[in-house]
Amino acid sequence: MTTITKLPDPPAGGTKKAGTSAPVRNGRGIGDLKMALVFIFPAMIGFVVFFLIPTIRGIYLSFTEYSILGDPTWIGLENYTSIFTDELFWNSMAVTVQYVAINIGFQTVIALGLALLMHRVAKSTFIRGALLLPFLVANVIVALLWFWMLDYQLGIVNEIISWTGLPRIAFFGSEQWAIPTIAAVNVWRHMGYTALLIFAGLQAIPQHVYEVASLDGASPARTFWGITIPLLRPVLVLVLVVTVIGSFQVFDTVAVTTAGGPINASRVIQMYIYQKAFTESDFGYASALSVILFVILALVAFIQMKFLKGNESDLD
Amino acid sequence: MKKSIGAVAAAAAIALSLSACGGSAPASTEAKGEINYWLWDANQLPAYQQCADDFTKANPDIKVKVTQRGWDDYWTTLTNGFVAGTAPDVFTNHLAKYPEFATKKQLLALDDAVKNDKLDLEIYNKGLTDLWVTEDGKRYGLPKDWDTIALFYNKKLIADAGYTEEQLKGLDWNPQDGGSYEKAIAHLTVDKNGKRGDEAGFDKNNVAVYGLGLENSGGGDGQTQWSFLSATLGWTHTDKNPWGKEFNYDDPKFQETIAWWSGLADKGYMPKLETTVGASVADNFGAGKAAINTNGSWMIGQYTSYKGVETGIAPTPKGPDGKRASMFNGLADSIWAGTKNPAASVKWVEYLSSTACQDVVASKAVVFPAISTSSEKAAKAFADKGIDVSAFTTHVKDETTFLFPIADNSAKVTGIMKPAMDAVLSGKKPASSLSQANDQVNALFK
Repeated sequence: MTTITKLPDPPAGGTKKAGTSAPVRNGRGIGDLKMALVFIFPAMIGFVVFFLIPTIRGIYLSFTEYSILGDPTWIGLENYTSIFTDELFWNSMAVTVQYVAINIGFQTVIALGLALLMHRVAKSTFIRGALLLPFLVANVIVALLWFWMLDYQLGIVNEIISWTGLPRIAFFGSEQWAIPTIAAVNVWRHMGYTALLIFAGLQAIPQHVYEVASLDGASPARTFWGITIPLLRPVLVLVLVVTVIGSFQVFDTVAVTTAGGPINASRVIQMYIYQKAFTESDFGYASALSVILFVILALVAFIQMKFLKGNESDLD
Repeated sequence: MKKSIGAVAAAAAIALSLSACGGSAPASTEAKGEINYWLWDANQLPAYQQCADDFTKANPDIKVKVTQRGWDDYWTTLTNGFVAGTAPDVFTNHLAKYPEFATKKQLLALDDAVKNDKLDLEIYNKGLTDLWVTEDGKRYGLPKDWDTIALFYNKKLIADAGYTEEQLKGLDWNPQDGGSYEKAIAHLTVDKNGKRGDEAGFDKNNVAVYGLGLENSGGGDGQTQWSFLSATLGWTHTDKNPWGKEFNYDDPKFQETIAWWSGLADKGYMPKLETTVGASVADNFGAGKAAINTNGSWMIGQYTSYKGVETGIAPTPKGPDGKRASMFNGLADSIWAGTKNPAASVKWVEYLSSTACQDVVASKAVVFPAISTSSEKAAKAFADKGIDVSAFTTHVKDETTFLFPIADNSAKVTGIMKPAMDAVLSGKKPASSLSQANDQVNALFK
């Protein structure tokens, strides 16, 4: 009933707008806002239910002692003060930063190289598609696949290494190798996808800029540093922001391979949070760790956007 | 959400006490509907499915839905179920986990059931029922099975080394030179050039077959790794068991055991810890990379099923006083406090812990049931399959078992002890560094 009675309203409003010229813009603005809200509404539900409420609750829990069974008790800043004296927290931050540095460093350089190859050389859709294949395999499967191939005693990689007469390598088992190995596995999985993003950015660079450069006799290296990189910057920044944040949150590969070991050599921050929450039932402490990670990631994203001018283009 | 759990739990408790007041006969009138039952070991699923079918045949009003989940999933899903109100009515419980569940009031005490249905607790192997009584005297589980530790060995590698199986069954050990146990392990180790571990020119950096396999550092309990050695010296994990309040990782007896054990890796007789991340210790044994593995009786099925490997089982070595030792661990079935069907759940748990079900489990030859007569049947069922399990049962017969350490904070103890033990075993720190870890552990109980 209500819908039927309300239906004639918008046309009536419409005729009013047509009457005078000045209120038209206001009327249309409000009408757009309503319409916009209708379209945003479904996404807002998802945002509020799955992001906003859990985030606020997580921040609340970080000030409590909470074991999931039972009620949280407010303990103020105690979780935060103990985190700063927690050796394992600082260790996990160091390990995570090491991982991010190796992972992002190699991934970005390799992806850029692949994107250039896709742009200039490999024009076949098949080859371009094949680059994306590792990304289509689930993270856990990729991790397990490499876990078995790199196994010390039975893995095929170590079999090949020992045929060549070199000593076997405990890829996941030794403290020196664990993080580089995990980083390499994830580079392998993500480089094709990252390359695809950069490739899209390369295609957006107008061809005539290159033509002018070649008329001026610029060398390929000079063209790359003088034209490709500056014009690619907004895309590169976006890619970096997204991959760095993703990289900080590495968890699944660690969880199914080393589970934080050997000793604490691959206990990345997400692994430590998981351990505190789900194996030691210390959800308050884990929430406080998560809040700290959240703040760090927000800062990293902000700095990258600010200093690399990710929201401006040199094309204008 | 939490309130509703409390309400359900309260209702369940009331319902149970009411049914209990009415005596055992009227209780059965309410016992109907479907109950959910969880376990983690896929090898045991067929046995318990048959128990469930038999149970429903005898009690047509009660249906039992059996669900199996892998070990890691099992505990997170269970905890989430407690919070969300979807946990199973009855589930297989572990000694390392149940103290916390009991403290958090997630388990239904079974004292009334034991009293009213006049359950005989003497039918179980000695000690198993006591494991499930908390400090306040409440019983939270009825025992279903037990396990001990033994040496699995590769018959061919033993014969190649000139050892007889009889010799392997009579090894002795001490923390100073490792006794005949270390001699056997050394002799069974073979390097790439075919030199044995106790021969001159043995290349410890290129070992083809290790004398002893390594699973992991064993964390805080060392159930299958070192506890059967340290216990022969009279060492115990805690000041008392169950419900110890102080751990003894600073004891020289413990530290010299660990020092001897990690020394095997330096000598090349056992793989280095860093090489154990990956394929399981049992799979490496199956691939012929180790001659001896120490493992629990729940692994019998896996160790005897590797193609091309003939596996024998020997008891753990005797200690300096001539006695063996093995950790004695037992599982039990517990009822979730939030069950909507406590009467039927109690009935099912009673059936699970009865000879009717445990004989079925015994006949499948997968584990040793908790009831003494049923575990004898299981030993016979293993023998019928051609597997001699006396290495495991001898500990029970000679009463050389000691109980799995039951204490609060077990997850946190593991969180401290695993990295600490890893550090010692990988040679990063001396065994004396475990005293510091011990301080951290004991601080949890202050």
